[in-house]
Amino acid sequence: MSEKRHWLTEAKTIRKLWWGFSIVLALTVAAQLIWYVKGYFTVDGWFAFGAVYGFLSCLIMVVFAKALGVLLKRPNNYYAERDDDA
Amino acid sequence: MPDLISPALIMVVAAVAIGIARGHLRTAIVLFAPLLTLWAVWQVPDGVQGSIQFLSYELEPVEGSPLRRLFATIFSLMAFVGGLYAFRLAKWYELAAAFFYAAGAIGVSFAGDLISLFVYWELMALFSTVVIWCGGTPASRAAGIRYAILHLLGGVILKVGIEGFVVSSGSIQITPMLAEDFNSWMILCGILINAAAPPLSAWLADAYPESSPTGSVFLSAFTTKTAVLALILLFPGEKVLIGVGIFMVMYGIIYALLENDIRRILAYSVVNQVGFMVCAVGIGTELAINGAAAHAFAHIVYKALLFMSAGVVIYRTGRNRCTELGGLFQTMPITAVCGIIGALAISSFPLTSGFTTKSLISQAAANEQLMWVYMLLTAASAGVFLHAGIKFPWFVFFQKDSGLRPKDAPWNMALAMIIFSAICLLLGIFPEWIYRFLPYEMEYQAYTPGKVVFYLQLLLFSGLAFFLLLPLMKRTETISLDVDWLWRVALPRIFNLFKKLCLPLKDLSSRSETKCRGFLQFLTSRYLGQPHTADREERAVFARSWPIGTTSLWIAILLSAYVLIYYI
Repeated sequence: MSEKRHWLTEAKTIRKLWWGFSIVLALTVAAQLIWYVKGYFTVDGWFAFGAVYGFLSCLIMVVFAKALGVLLKRPNNYYAERDDDA
Repeated sequence: MPDLISPALIMVVAAVAIGIARGHLRTAIVLFAPLLTLWAVWQVPDGVQGSIQFLSYELEPVEGSPLRRLFATIFSLMAFVGGLYAFRLAKWYELAAAFFYAAGAIGVSFAGDLISLFVYWELMALFSTVVIWCGGTPASRAAGIRYAILHLLGGVILKVGIEGFVVSSGSIQITPMLAEDFNSWMILCGILINAAAPPLSAWLADAYPESSPTGSVFLSAFTTKTAVLALILLFPGEKVLIGVGIFMVMYGIIYALLENDIRRILAYSVVNQVGFMVCAVGIGTELAINGAAAHAFAHIVYKALLFMSAGVVIYRTGRNRCTELGGLFQTMPITAVCGIIGALAISSFPLTSGFTTKSLISQAAANEQLMWVYMLLTAASAGVFLHAGIKFPWFVFFQKDSGLRPKDAPWNMALAMIIFSAICLLLGIFPEWIYRFLPYEMEYQAYTPGKVVFYLQLLLFSGLAFFLLLPLMKRTETISLDVDWLWRVALPRIFNLFKKLCLPLKDLSSRSETKCRGFLQFLTSRYLGQPHTADREERAVFARSWPIGTTSLWIAILLSAYVLIYYI
């Protein structure tokens, strides 16, 4: 491509963004040392529960969706072909 | 008498006027009628505003309450901003249909009895179908027909329930009930079909993405949210709804994760978000009902915003799949920023309307010690960030460079998106602006340091999961089967199978028909004879010519038999 790459798409920027993101992640966990997180059911008051729970539930959902996708995914024209048959 | 005029009628008149007017006058109607309606909504005092006699029933077309006004407000506001977004691009009939549709939603908001509610309900079903047809493609035509069939079916179920309820209770009042008998179950099922609840949830993701880029903005707002209002009015605290809501929440996430079409991702996330509200109605406490109402309000704004952002992308690029898009942020900054604000709001990020409204529902679950509900809703909040919060903006505006360099949104579309983005942020920063209009008084603090830390952890680590799992989420050129497969493929297949099974029967019947015909032919030629045979001897028994003497003998026999029978 002839035009100049947008600064946001440069590898250097992306590396910096990852660093920034990691620091923010660490800070949100560390913040729990300062501010008390009230747990309604004891477990959710544990240290870094939000972080672990958020990550794990997303992991499970993505893997589950992926598995279900094997069963449910069809080509884009799946219904179109059928309509032509009819 | 003016008390009996529902603000919905202003929208009905406007919808008709849109069809008659031309040029600037039409634009003026599109922009001012919703504002006039909004004003009228706030003139409706609490309580029933008079009644009209219809058959032996007392109809109450207008009943005011804080809850009803809240919903009517957001519907009018939606009509205004939607009109602003659409008026230069949409055809006049799409705008007129959208206004009728909005009128139906506002009418349901104020309906004081079940009959008025049903009339407005069907008005919505009819004109939302027209809005879908305005997509103008063969696919939208077919999807519109499927949508109409399902909604008319839902209407029939609702009507059966209402009739039964009216006959058994003698009242047409809208009163809270529980699903205990056949009638209340029918009413509940009729409403849940409109809420896109399982098992007939597929209509939403089937139909909405087939409408025009402007049509889907209107569609995202009205049908499911009037269903939420109807649930709040009729079934608060119905425990079945908790399970239904949780299912919808999870179903929405999983299907949105599988999707490639950007508007279908958003359509599935409508189901997901309505699931939160349905669950809240099921919990049924004052805090939960407040949560459902506030969340419906906020949801209409950010979901319309997301559909607007997707609409601009489709309008400018003509493409609607994640695999064909990417890198658009470079030339569409306004659309990208507004889309991201909508995405953050739907993910209930702190400082957005989603955070201040959805947390009411989680809090209500926690207060009721519903641990599993709370945990699943929290997991779902993480999942929303995953499927809508990051996925939508990432695949559309960032991801890879698709090489597309479309222009940003036209001024009216940009303005509409900016208005809704501002509302998303304002309700997030000043939650009391929405809290004081909620149906119940409550003591609730939206922002505590602990809560913010918890949600930031939850959401940001979901974000981490998204970027780490990106290889697993690579978009494919596919669609995913949903329950609509049952009526789009399975039913025709069963029908064809049945036809095939019937083939031998058809053979049998055609063979016996030939035999029957042969037999009848034999009988007629035997007794009545062949036509046009001149010779007397060749004629059959009854067709021969007989001597006159034989005839008079027969007459004499018959007459004497008659006389004999007469005397006996």
